[in-house]
Amino acid sequence: MNAPDTQKLVGTAVRRKEDARFLTGAGQYTDDVTLYGQTYGYFLRSPHAHARIASIDTGEAKASPGVIAVFTGADLANIGGLPCGWLIHSIDGTPMKEPPHPVIAKDKVRHVGDQVALVVAETLQQARDAAEKIVVDYDELPPVVDTGTAASATALVHDDVPANICYTWGHGDKAATDAAFAKAAHVTTLDIVNQRLIPNAIEPRAVNASWQRQDDSYTVYVANQNPHVERLLMGAFVLGLPESRLRIIAPDVGGGFGSKIFLYPEDVALTWASKQVGRPIKWTAERSESFLTDAHGRDHVTKAELALDADGRFLAMRVHTTANMGAYLSTFASSVPTILYATLLAGQYATPAIYAEVQAVFTNTAPVDAYRGAGRPEATYVVERLVEAAARELNVDPAELRRKNFIRTFPYATPVGLTYDTGDYEPLLARAQELADVKGFPARRDEAKQRGKLRGIGYSCYIEACGLAPSNIAGALGARAGLFEVGEIRVHPTGTVTVFTGSHSHGQGHETTFAQIVADRLGLTLDQVEIVHGDTGRVPFGMGTYGSRSLAVGGSAIMKALDKIESKAKKIAAHLLEASDADIEFSNGTFTVTGTDRSKTFGEVALSAYVPHNYPLDKLEPGLNENAFYDPTNFTYPAGAYICEVEVDPDTGVTEVVKFTAVDDFGNIINPMIVEGQVHGGIGQGLGQAMFERCVYDESGQLLTGSYMDYAMPRASDLPDYTVETSKGTPCTHNPLGAKGCGEAGAIGSPPAFINALVDALAPLGVRDIQMPATPHRVWQAMQAAQGANP
Amino acid sequence: MAIPIRLTVNGKTVEAQVEPNTLLVQFLREHLHLTGTHVGCDTAQCGACTVHLDGRAVKSCNMLVLQADGASVTTIEGLAKDGKLHPMQEAFRECHGLQCGFCTPGMVMAATALVQAKPDADAATIREQLDGNLCRCTGYHNIVKAIRQGQAAMLGGE
Repeated sequence: MNAPDTQKLVGTAVRRKEDARFLTGAGQYTDDVTLYGQTYGYFLRSPHAHARIASIDTGEAKASPGVIAVFTGADLANIGGLPCGWLIHSIDGTPMKEPPHPVIAKDKVRHVGDQVALVVAETLQQARDAAEKIVVDYDELPPVVDTGTAASATALVHDDVPANICYTWGHGDKAATDAAFAKAAHVTTLDIVNQRLIPNAIEPRAVNASWQRQDDSYTVYVANQNPHVERLLMGAFVLGLPESRLRIIAPDVGGGFGSKIFLYPEDVALTWASKQVGRPIKWTAERSESFLTDAHGRDHVTKAELALDADGRFLAMRVHTTANMGAYLSTFASSVPTILYATLLAGQYATPAIYAEVQAVFTNTAPVDAYRGAGRPEATYVVERLVEAAARELNVDPAELRRKNFIRTFPYATPVGLTYDTGDYEPLLARAQELADVKGFPARRDEAKQRGKLRGIGYSCYIEACGLAPSNIAGALGARAGLFEVGEIRVHPTGTVTVFTGSHSHGQGHETTFAQIVADRLGLTLDQVEIVHGDTGRVPFGMGTYGSRSLAVGGSAIMKALDKIESKAKKIAAHLLEASDADIEFSNGTFTVTGTDRSKTFGEVALSAYVPHNYPLDKLEPGLNENAFYDPTNFTYPAGAYICEVEVDPDTGVTEVVKFTAVDDFGNIINPMIVEGQVHGGIGQGLGQAMFERCVYDESGQLLTGSYMDYAMPRASDLPDYTVETSKGTPCTHNPLGAKGCGEAGAIGSPPAFINALVDALAPLGVRDIQMPATPHRVWQAMQAAQGANP
Repeated sequence: MAIPIRLTVNGKTVEAQVEPNTLLVQFLREHLHLTGTHVGCDTAQCGACTVHLDGRAVKSCNMLVLQADGASVTTIEGLAKDGKLHPMQEAFRECHGLQCGFCTPGMVMAATALVQAKPDADAATIREQLDGNLCRCTGYHNIVKAIRQGQAAMLGGE
C-alpha cells in the first residue's frame, strides 16, 4: 500500500475534534434524545437470586395513573432468547450448554436484577410508581453463587445444565506439558483468584426505541459499541426483523470498556414494546441497575504452575481455571476465558509446552462477559505472577529471569495457537528499567525503611492479541460472526470528505485519529474530513469497537478505501491532464504528470467527478465514493514492560503507588496524545482491580457492592501520575498502518506489576502472595499472618 | 401540585411551574433541555451532574429545583463566553483531559469552582478535591494536568 509522501498530521498530537462538543455540553448521548410522543420504561427486577415465579399480578399497576402498558414474560412468549456469539466445545467434543436467555424472565428468575416486568408510562415517575404495585409471588430456591464450588452445588441454575457446567475446554498439548513437568528441576505453583469486576462506564446503559407506523420499522438509540452487531443479533436472531426494518443508532456513548458490546434483554424488550404501544420508549439504567445487570468482568479461580529447568529456563506451564459465566451466556461470554485467555499464556516467553483447562460454570449472578482486556488481563496475571514467584523462589532477579526466557526471533509460533508476527521485548524492559530508575531502587528502599515504610518494585512484561480478528481463524475457533471492518470514503463535489466507519468511538477519539489519516493521505485539512460512525442507517456495515481493534482493523479498512479513491482519482486526473494513468503522481493533495509542472488539485478532480463534462464517461463512472472491507490476516501483538513501585505503611496496610512506569510497543502511532490517554485510562482500571475493586455477592446471591458507596471505584486521590512512553517499536507487519492497538494494554499490564511490587515490599516479612484487590485490610492481614508464622 | 419558581440559569431569568419533587438536574435537562449536565449515578457520588449554584459547585442530582429558587445557576452550557472556551475548558482540550466526555461537564464545573475556592491548590490537593467526581476513562492523570493548566490560566487573569 502507498504510504503518504507527506505526513503532516499522522504521528502528531493533534487536539481532538470531538472535544468542542463534549466541553460545551453539546454532546448527544442516548438519554439526551427525546422523541415526539416520548414515553418512559421502567423494569421491575427480581429481588431474589434464584426463585420460581408462581404468579404475577399486574392489574393494579396497569390501572395506575399514566400507565400505558405492563409487559411480563408471558407477553413475550413468542420472542426467542438472546443468542451467544461464540460456540465453545468441551474436551469430549460436546458443544457448550446454551440455556435460554429470556428477554423477560418467564418461569424462573436467576439473578438479583433479572427483569420480571416492563412498565411503560407517560413519565418515568409514573412507570416507577406503577412497578411498585406489581405483585410477584416467588418460590425461593437455593442459589448457586460461588465460582469455585458451583460445579459441586446441589442446586441448578438451569434445570437442564447438569452440575452447572457450561463447558470444560482444553487447550494445548497436555501430554507434552505433563512430560515437561515430570522432568522439571523446579515447579512454581500459585492459586489465583482474578476477582469479579463491574465495568462502570460513567454513562449508564440507555435505550430510546421507536416504531414507525409508515413502514413497520424500528429506530433504536442505544448506548452501544457495535451498532451493526446489535442490529444483527436483535434483528436476525431475536425479533426476526430484516436489516431494512431495524436501524440502530449509537450516538455519543459515555464509555464502554466492553460492557456496551453486548445485546442486552432491555434493548430487545423496549424495541419490541415500542410497536405494542406505538410510541417511543426511553429507558436509562439507574446506577443501581448498572451494578446489577451490566455484564460483569473477570471472575476466574485458577491453579497455575510453571516448570523450570535447573538453569531457570521455562519448560512448561499448566493452568486450570474455573470461570463464572453468571446466570446466562452473554453475547461473547464463552470466548473470554477460552480463546481470549489460554491463547495468551505464552506471554513474552519461549515456553515450549503449555496446557490450559477451563471449566465455565453458571451461577445465580449477573452475566459475565468481556471487560477491558477480556481474558488477556487474566492470562497476563497468571503468567507474570508465576514468573515473579519463580524468580523469588529461585532467588534470581525477576527481570533477568524474564530476559532469559524472552522470545527473540519472529515470527514466533506459540504452543497455544498464535503466531506473533513481530516484537522486540528486550528494549522495552531496558527502557522501562531506565525510566523507573531501577538502579536507584535499593537506596529508595533503604530510605523508606528509615521512615518506617516498606518499599517494593514489581515488573510485568505483557503481550496481548488485538486487532480482532481474522474471520476464518475466529470462525474455526467458534466465532459465529466475521470480524472484518468496513470503511467508506465519500468525496463530495467540493472536495471535502465524509468517512463512514464501522468502528465506534466511545472515548477513543476516532473523529480525530481517522481524520488525521484521511487528511494526510488526500492532502486535506482536518476540518475537511468528517468521520461518521455509530448509525446503521448511515454506515454501510461494521463490527464495532472492542479488543483494541479500531485502528488496526477499522483504520486499515479506511486505508483500503483510500487506495481505491486514489486509484480512481488518478484516472480522472489523467484524463483532465491528457496524460496516461501511469504517469500521474499524487502527493500533498495534488495530481501531477510525472516530470512536468502540469497538475490538478484534489478539489478539481473531485468537482470533475461530480460535474463530468470533461470526463472519460466511456471508461469511468462519475462520482468519487469507495467502500472497502478489511479482514486482517493475523492478530496484532502489542507488548510492553511495566514497572510499579509501591510503599506500604506496615501499621495500616495502606499501599501507595509511588511510581508507575509503562513502556509500550503499539507499532505505528497516529496520535501520541490519544495513545497516552488510552494507556493512562487502562492503568487506572488495572490499578483499580489490583488495589480496590471487587464485586461481592453474599451467600444468598445479594449484591453487596451495588453502588458507588460500596464498590470501590478509583478516585483521583487513589491513583498516581503515570510515566508513559511509547517505544519506537516494531510496526505490525500485516496491516497497512503498521498499527497494533493500544486500548487495553494498561488494564492488561498493570495488575501484576502492582501485586509483584507489593509482594516485593512484603517479602521481608515472609509474604509470598496476596490476592487482588490488595486493600489495606488484606495487606494488613497478610502481614499479620506472615508475622504469626515467622515471629 | 405545581409550584412557581424563578431563577437565573446561565445568565437568563427562568420562570416555571414545577412539581415539588423535581430535582435540579431534571429541571435543567428535561424542562430547559440543557442536556450537558449528566446523571451517572443515584447516590450523589459520580459528580457528572455538577453545576454552579451562586458560584459554588453542587451536585444537581442531589437537590430539588425548589432549593434553587431565586438562585443563579451556571451549567456547562453557560461557561464559554462569546464563542470562546473558558480557560478551564480550553485546558481540558489542550491536555486531553477527557475521552468519552460523559463526566467532563461535571469535571470542568468542579474544577472551575475548585480553583476559585482554592487558587493555590497543588496537584495533591486537586486530587483530593476531585473526590466527588468519577472518571473511568482517563485514569485522572490528564484531568489533574488540565486543572493545573486551567488554574494557571484562570489566575493569569484571563
